[in-house]
Amino acid sequence: MRTLHTFHGGIHPPEHKSESNGRPIAQAPVPRHLVVSLRQHMGAPAKPLVQPGDKVLKGQLIGEPAGFISAAVHAPTSGTVTAVEPMTVPHSSGLPDLCVAIEADGEDRWAEHSPIDYKSASPQAVLDHIRDRGVVGLGGAVFPTHIKLQVNGKLETLVINAAECEPWITSDDLLMRERADEIVKGIEVLQHLLQPAETLVGIEDNKPEAIAAMARAAEGKGIDVVAVPTLYPTGGEKQLIKILTGKEVPSGGRPYQIGVVCTNVATVYSVHRAVNLGEPMISRIVTVTGNVRQPGNFEARIGTPVDELLQLAGGALPDTSRYIMGGPMMGTPLPNSGYHVQKASNCFIAASDSLFPPEPPAMPCTRCTHCAEACPVNLRPYELQWFIRGKNFDKARAYNVFDCIECGCCSYVCSSNIPLVQYFRYAKSELMERDREKRAAEMARQRSEMKQQRLEREKAEKAAKHAAAAAAAAKSETAEDKAAKQAAIAAAVERAKAKKAEPQNTENLSPAVQAEIAAVEERRTKSGEAVNEEA
Amino acid sequence: MSSPHIFEGHGVGQTMFRVMAALVPGIIVYVIAFGPSILVSLAIASITAVAVEALMLKIRDYPVKPFVFDGSVLLTAWLLALSIPPMSPWWLIVTGTVIAVVFAKHLYGGLGNNLFNPAMVGFAALMISFPAYMTHWPAPMALTSAHLGFADQLSYMLTGSLPAGMDVDAINMATPLDTLKTQLHLHHTVSEVLRMPIYDVIGGKGTVWIAVMYLLGGIYLWRARIITLHIPLAFLGGLFLMAAFFYLKDADHYVAPWFHLVTGGTMLGAFFIATDPVTAASTPKGKIIFGLGIGALTYVVRVLGGYPDGVAFSVLIMNAFVPLIDAYTQPRVFGHVKQEEASR
Ligand code: SF4
Ligand code: SF4
Repeated sequence: MRTLHTFHGGIHPPEHKSESNGRPIAQAPVPRHLVVSLRQHMGAPAKPLVQPGDKVLKGQLIGEPAGFISAAVHAPTSGTVTAVEPMTVPHSSGLPDLCVAIEADGEDRWAEHSPIDYKSASPQAVLDHIRDRGVVGLGGAVFPTHIKLQVNGKLETLVINAAECEPWITSDDLLMRERADEIVKGIEVLQHLLQPAETLVGIEDNKPEAIAAMARAAEGKGIDVVAVPTLYPTGGEKQLIKILTGKEVPSGGRPYQIGVVCTNVATVYSVHRAVNLGEPMISRIVTVTGNVRQPGNFEARIGTPVDELLQLAGGALPDTSRYIMGGPMMGTPLPNSGYHVQKASNCFIAASDSLFPPEPPAMPCTRCTHCAEACPVNLRPYELQWFIRGKNFDKARAYNVFDCIECGCCSYVCSSNIPLVQYFRYAKSELMERDREKRAAEMARQRSEMKQQRLEREKAEKAAKHAAAAAAAAKSETAEDKAAKQAAIAAAVERAKAKKAEPQNTENLSPAVQAEIAAVEERRTKSGEAVNEEA
Repeated sequence: MSSPHIFEGHGVGQTMFRVMAALVPGIIVYVIAFGPSILVSLAIASITAVAVEALMLKIRDYPVKPFVFDGSVLLTAWLLALSIPPMSPWWLIVTGTVIAVVFAKHLYGGLGNNLFNPAMVGFAALMISFPAYMTHWPAPMALTSAHLGFADQLSYMLTGSLPAGMDVDAINMATPLDTLKTQLHLHHTVSEVLRMPIYDVIGGKGTVWIAVMYLLGGIYLWRARIITLHIPLAFLGGLFLMAAFFYLKDADHYVAPWFHLVTGGTMLGAFFIATDPVTAASTPKGKIIFGLGIGALTYVVRVLGGYPDGVAFSVLIMNAFVPLIDAYTQPRVFGHVKQEEASR
């Protein structure tokens, strides 16, 4: 037995796993119409490579990564592209994203695809192979996997995140029960790439079947399957690493800084399919549960309409009023079911007011500190909400609002029903906006100073030219005139010189400005990371 | 709507009513020891508190119903009523309650915004303004032959008149804590004083049993995760350590530490008053400092000060330091190297 560690706080919401984990994974039929978003991952959206009317094959690249943090997008089945335009996607912003609509031809014909022998290929070739197959983290943050696996230096621990701590979701559970061998094959790819000293699979102890299946498959592979206590948010990347290794990822930092790489179990399964079978990420396991007749798990193509999945689950019950993508703690609310499966869609929950009663109206905070006792990051949510309501954002920053992982524990326990997480999201976006503005203002100031200098230089040059011309003309003039003019010329040159001699601190940025920009950049990355990888 | 989509769902009201429920065993023993007059005190305080709260909410243009039913004002009323002598005249209870609700709570901005514990502000105001009424406690029923029936108690509280042939001194006596102080001033030793009837099992220990019930109620609050043990234990610890220090130095002039734990407002203060979340320190370390401070100050006021008990004043003094304590005891955040003093 390993000694396990703990993190501060955490909660025990009702699990609601048994609704959906009783039946095996069912294959969802390939839908007639698919809508594939080009922003399925963290970072820049993929650049579309197809146009309406194009024929595509299953697994064909339809969007190529644009920029360093981006990922490839593939056609989930064969058919015809009917549109490439902005459409609504399940994202908390509610903003439309560029999507590729495909009408399936029913043949489901593969494009050419081939595996890679990862043992003989160079590590970089394997990473490129994974990148080109659009593999991203399936735990929720959808961070491009090939970037996560690019680690220089010695790796202590490879952590496979299979905690699945969010209530209602069982997709990882079922995947482990049914496909443990394939998962282990994926882990072996990662072990080969990263050469970790130890490999740990963390599974919450409310999934005994999954633990048994994984332990069986992992035997003799140098993989330690560890049952961790059921406590939300154990599946948070930093929380799970703490539990398994006792080490804390530094604030604003990345796990590799402490010698750890952490990957979600479904992602590892996709790595196996990408590397050993050559298949791009075009499907995933989705839990469909909540207010439906027959909750269960489905292996569905990316781009499958949510409505069709709901039908497979027996249909949503009549009093369903809204939907949640993801779990009830961190999931994205959806007003209706007119969306499509994304790589990030681990679960769709049909919600009714009786299953998910709306939160009662908020009362003033009584400083009961229940929120702080539940916070896995050890923040003081009541202090933060107080500052934020007073628009004292700098204070919120000083009280580490950017360390908030938006797990929702504080809102869950708050006895005054204060929507704390909403306050923190608001404060973060407000602070980031301010930082952006500050940076923009700084840049504008530099530009205007530069312009000012250029104008002055031109003026001085003009003055000198005039002076020279006058000097030429002066030859015919009286000595007295000459002397006066020469004095004027000298004065003009002097003036010009003096102007030039003024400090020119904008050609190279001053250390102060550079520091400021560096600080802003750091805050930006920090806030980006606040989006937590949730199992 | 945004995440989270589920809630544990105890309202403020539920919390407050559970705290009140935790007081009930203490109140029952109180009735057994001192007669039912305490129930009248509780009722007068409650009615006054709700009426004044509703009025203040109306004036301040707040919705009356959710705030009255959050239970916080009733709890304030109860804590005040349990802190002052049980057979107090009605106007004393009303005055204290009005001060607590209007001045200590609403003029600070209402629920969640007050710096000072409202019940203790009410108590302190009464103590300063009407010391005579505040220091006269009825003798425990077991100790006086002249004890009053409920009708007589009620009539005394409402009209101030006693049955013919009785005067106030016949039914009142100083509390165990007060007696000790007075007697020590008269140069008796502690062991002599403790031989007085007020300290015997059925008599003085009546107050001890109330304290034990408050302790049990406090343990329930802890088990129900309504309070943490930081403040009560630090409070009791601070008081105990101070008392032990002086007791060990001079057992003739300083009473044993256990005595301080079970007399006066110690248990009520430790588990129900100092733990008022709005006015207490909120960080784990801060709570310990806050509790220790109250415990130590309580001892100082009891032994050196002019008042028989020191809980109320100690709580108020420490209330004033809460913002400072909180700011300097912020715990270490996950992934940070050490605790930060974010206030600076
Ligand atoms: S949402 Fe943020 S503040 Fe609230 S418990 Fe989670 S990490 Fe702490
Ligand atoms: S749980 Fe709610 S009421 Fe209690 S301290 Fe936190 S924010 Fe305030």
